[in-house]
Amino acid sequence: MTSTDQQPFLSVRDLKVHFSTEDGIVKAVDGLSFDLLKGKTLGIVGESGSGKSVTNLAILGLHDRDRTAIEGEVVLDDKELLTASERELERLRGNKMSMIFQDALASLSPYHTIGKQISETYRKHTGASKSQARARAIEMLRRVGIPQPEVRVDDYPHQFSGGMRQRAMIAMALVCDPELLIADEPTTALDVTVQAQIMDLLKDLQQEFGTAIIFITHDLGVIADIADDVLVMYGGRCVERGTKKEVLRSPQHPYTLGLLSSMPSLDHPVDVPLNPIPGSPPSLLNPPTGCRFHPRCTFAEKVEGGLCSTEQPPLEVTNGRGSACHLTADQRAEYFSDLAGSAAN
Amino acid sequence: MSSTTPLLDVSGLTKHFPIKGGFPIRRTIGAVQAVDGLDFQVAEGESLGLVGESGCGKSTTGRLITRLLEPTGGRISYRGQDITHAGRKQLAPIRSEIQMIFQDPYASLNPRQTVGKIISGPMEINDINPAGGREARVRELLEIVGLNPEHYNRFPHEFSGGQRQRIGVARALALEPKLIVADEPVSALDVSIQAQVVNLLQKVQRDLGIAFVFIAHDLAVVRHFSQRVAVMYLGRIVEIADRDDLYGNPRHPYTRALLSAVPEATVRDEGEAGPERIRLVGDVPSPINPPSGCRFRTRCWKATEKCATEAPPLVQVEGNKPGHLTACHYPETADVPATVPAPRLAKDPEAAA
Amino acid sequence: MFRFLVRRVTGALVILLIISAITFWLFYAVPRDPAMMSCGKNCTPENLAQIRKNLGIDHSIPVQYWYWLKGVFAGRDYAGYGYCDAPCFGYSFANNVPVFDTIMDRLPTTLSLAFGAAAVFLVLGVGAGMLAALKQGKFLDKAASSASLLGSSLQIYFVGYIAMYYFVAQLGWLDQPSWTPFTDDPVAWFSGLLLPWLVLAIIFTANYTRMTRSQLVEQLSEDYVRTARAKGLSRANVFFRFAWRGAMGPIVTVFGIDLGTLIGGAIITEQTFSLPGIGRLAVKSVDQSDLPMLLGVTILAAGAIVFFNIIVDAVYALIDPRIRLA
Repeated sequence: MTSTDQQPFLSVRDLKVHFSTEDGIVKAVDGLSFDLLKGKTLGIVGESGSGKSVTNLAILGLHDRDRTAIEGEVVLDDKELLTASERELERLRGNKMSMIFQDALASLSPYHTIGKQISETYRKHTGASKSQARARAIEMLRRVGIPQPEVRVDDYPHQFSGGMRQRAMIAMALVCDPELLIADEPTTALDVTVQAQIMDLLKDLQQEFGTAIIFITHDLGVIADIADDVLVMYGGRCVERGTKKEVLRSPQHPYTLGLLSSMPSLDHPVDVPLNPIPGSPPSLLNPPTGCRFHPRCTFAEKVEGGLCSTEQPPLEVTNGRGSACHLTADQRAEYFSDLAGSAAN
Repeated sequence: MSSTTPLLDVSGLTKHFPIKGGFPIRRTIGAVQAVDGLDFQVAEGESLGLVGESGCGKSTTGRLITRLLEPTGGRISYRGQDITHAGRKQLAPIRSEIQMIFQDPYASLNPRQTVGKIISGPMEINDINPAGGREARVRELLEIVGLNPEHYNRFPHEFSGGQRQRIGVARALALEPKLIVADEPVSALDVSIQAQVVNLLQKVQRDLGIAFVFIAHDLAVVRHFSQRVAVMYLGRIVEIADRDDLYGNPRHPYTRALLSAVPEATVRDEGEAGPERIRLVGDVPSPINPPSGCRFRTRCWKATEKCATEAPPLVQVEGNKPGHLTACHYPETADVPATVPAPRLAKDPEAAA
Repeated sequence: MFRFLVRRVTGALVILLIISAITFWLFYAVPRDPAMMSCGKNCTPENLAQIRKNLGIDHSIPVQYWYWLKGVFAGRDYAGYGYCDAPCFGYSFANNVPVFDTIMDRLPTTLSLAFGAAAVFLVLGVGAGMLAALKQGKFLDKAASSASLLGSSLQIYFVGYIAMYYFVAQLGWLDQPSWTPFTDDPVAWFSGLLLPWLVLAIIFTANYTRMTRSQLVEQLSEDYVRTARAKGLSRANVFFRFAWRGAMGPIVTVFGIDLGTLIGGAIITEQTFSLPGIGRLAVKSVDQSDLPMLLGVTILAAGAIVFFNIIVDAVYALIDPRIRLA
């Protein structure tokens, strides 16, 4: 985001994803923009209902088209995806862009062997023969660290452990050397030691293949480990973005600050209570007016004229850094300094 | 009762789930050794954290303590009374003193009952009539857990995840328990909500003097909440110590590896040395056929012949403070960095199996 | 697979044994004497005793049951009829014909009716269900749902008579239902059974439409279906190779039960269309207090259900590798 000499590989402009439900229109994503450079990792942070997963399903065109209204632009390597035909998207999916999901057990077909699931992706996009695709599947399984890949290739997902299933899913996603990998909470369901293995693997593979990664997570620790840039989402909107260092060390939005200070860390003083964000994430059916975070924001009253509840703060971005908050820079400097200091270190 | 009797005393606690099979006549052909010989105590008002990865037996332990499961072996005594195999009648008075909070705030509340009904349920079952009536007590409990007492007649679906977990806490508090077993009480909640519930539980523990067995996989949350922490691996406790000792001076290689794998939201400058990173290789072996000797040896970088033949006892190894017990033949020392060899995937028999 | 079969067939035999014993006991729990019924008006005690001996019912109930069982597995000697080879299900009290032969004689009718109708309702029901799932919430879906609701509320005797009245008597599009063995005249076999097949299918199709639709809708929202789409597989490929694969299990289960039930006797259908099948045989044997025939029909009905249950479980394991047969 910060370098200007490179064309963004993926560019999302003012993306809106609205679902119509029986209760009304859910504005799952409401005006989101970001860029991603080749070989870089963008971390998208957000809680349930922040719109982070919906955004990425929309990039791949996997949303339910009958019930979803989509606006904006998604350009992948000069190709506009939102207006692309289903056939064009099918050629791109699994080939140029692919996705890995949180729950590998549910996300892999229980009815087909691991090898079959990897090789059918390869055959679909390269036209390789069955034996070539099988050899490729074994090679990919070896690459992601599955022991005895030539044997395990014929196993079904339920015969794999949780960590191995996630590795197999990564192998499947990377079998056609995609240039964009979307990872939707890929380590959330895993144990910490396995999570560490998978993150190392993703970083290795990114170095090797030069893949651009969108890494969706709710865990700021994971973000600190893997991302280059960070985008914080709340209620379907981006509230803050910047490099990992900028966002985690000197957050500019009260929500980011709240997330950082509500998380216990391994060196948090034990006698100091945690500093939670009050309230609950907003309903997207009937989101709060103005700034969507204002009902939970401890600083809302510091903004003059009750602006927070009436006017949506704009996201002003310079050099890839920005936040959407009505607080002035001076106010933030004053209110955030001690909190941010204790949270980020 | 003497003050030295711990509230909960668990020794040699074992739970093996039988596996049926065989031909032509079905019989027990093996067992999942979910929990295999646990020893620990919980003092009154104390919070003991149980940490470990999935399949280590921590949830089974919670269900054994609350006697939702029947132990295969060992002994559980509550205030000096043996409840290992106590029947329904004997358990009745104790059940009200030991309560449980579950992970899934959506699944563990009956969707057809009002909040008032859910929280007063335990009082009805145990025929307890607090002064002022049950409804007043429920309203008081709602207030304690930070919910609006006016929400007495609402249904669970009208609440958010964090609020539902508060309802679960209120239900657990209804009988004025002495011990609460909390099984992953915050892991299903959003990050911004987790802290709310952790703070609530902490308040409950301090103000009401309730002892906790806090089961979680999140080491930072456990550290924050528990005065003492036990680390479990494949059905056994590998290390148990006071919070500061365990996190500051982990002696078991597994504890050390586990701690080093926790991602921290800290960004370092170029060239700045990060914390120690130990990467375990392979997967946790199957509890049906666990490794001989030390169960961690198949993934341990220090394992020798001795580890395969001799199970290390859980003892106060040299250099440990009193109460800090470690089950390892070759305990770690803080000043010597862990030397972890390069990944040895091919050699890892359990991962290959 | 071998272990599975041995275990399940053993279990099936035990079930059939229990069913036959219960039927035997229930039959005698009602006070009536089959010998009396054969004996007629001029009955003397001597005649009666002779008839009892001939029918093989001159013993206590357990002993009779034992002889009956022995007959099934090893054959038995009847005073009245001579030796009866295994599998001997005895002789009909009503017309002195071997039970086994009668059933074998009637079975082709019932099998033709059952399999023919099953083919029709399976194709129609699953097809309509698939269309409905593909066009969720659209006109086709709603039409299929309404039709299936209507179909499942109809009764065979009602639809059967109406259909016969219009399509056979009034319009003359279809032939009067009748039974011709396939080996005698395939065309007559087909045209004689077409109306019963269609009428049976109307009732059953509805169930399969609804089930196929709901199973597919559920499967289509599964994560692994989304993953398959994310790999670039086409909608059709994902629909048939992933979602349909997952939806098949419950449909196969119900299909197995339905088929077993139909073979055990589509009593109302056979009565409605006057087809000489197992169902009518069952009704007749109850009417006539014909114990051997009743036992034979009961064993056949139970056996068909048990048999298809085993088949269903085996097919289930083929569909879903997570299920292991043991």
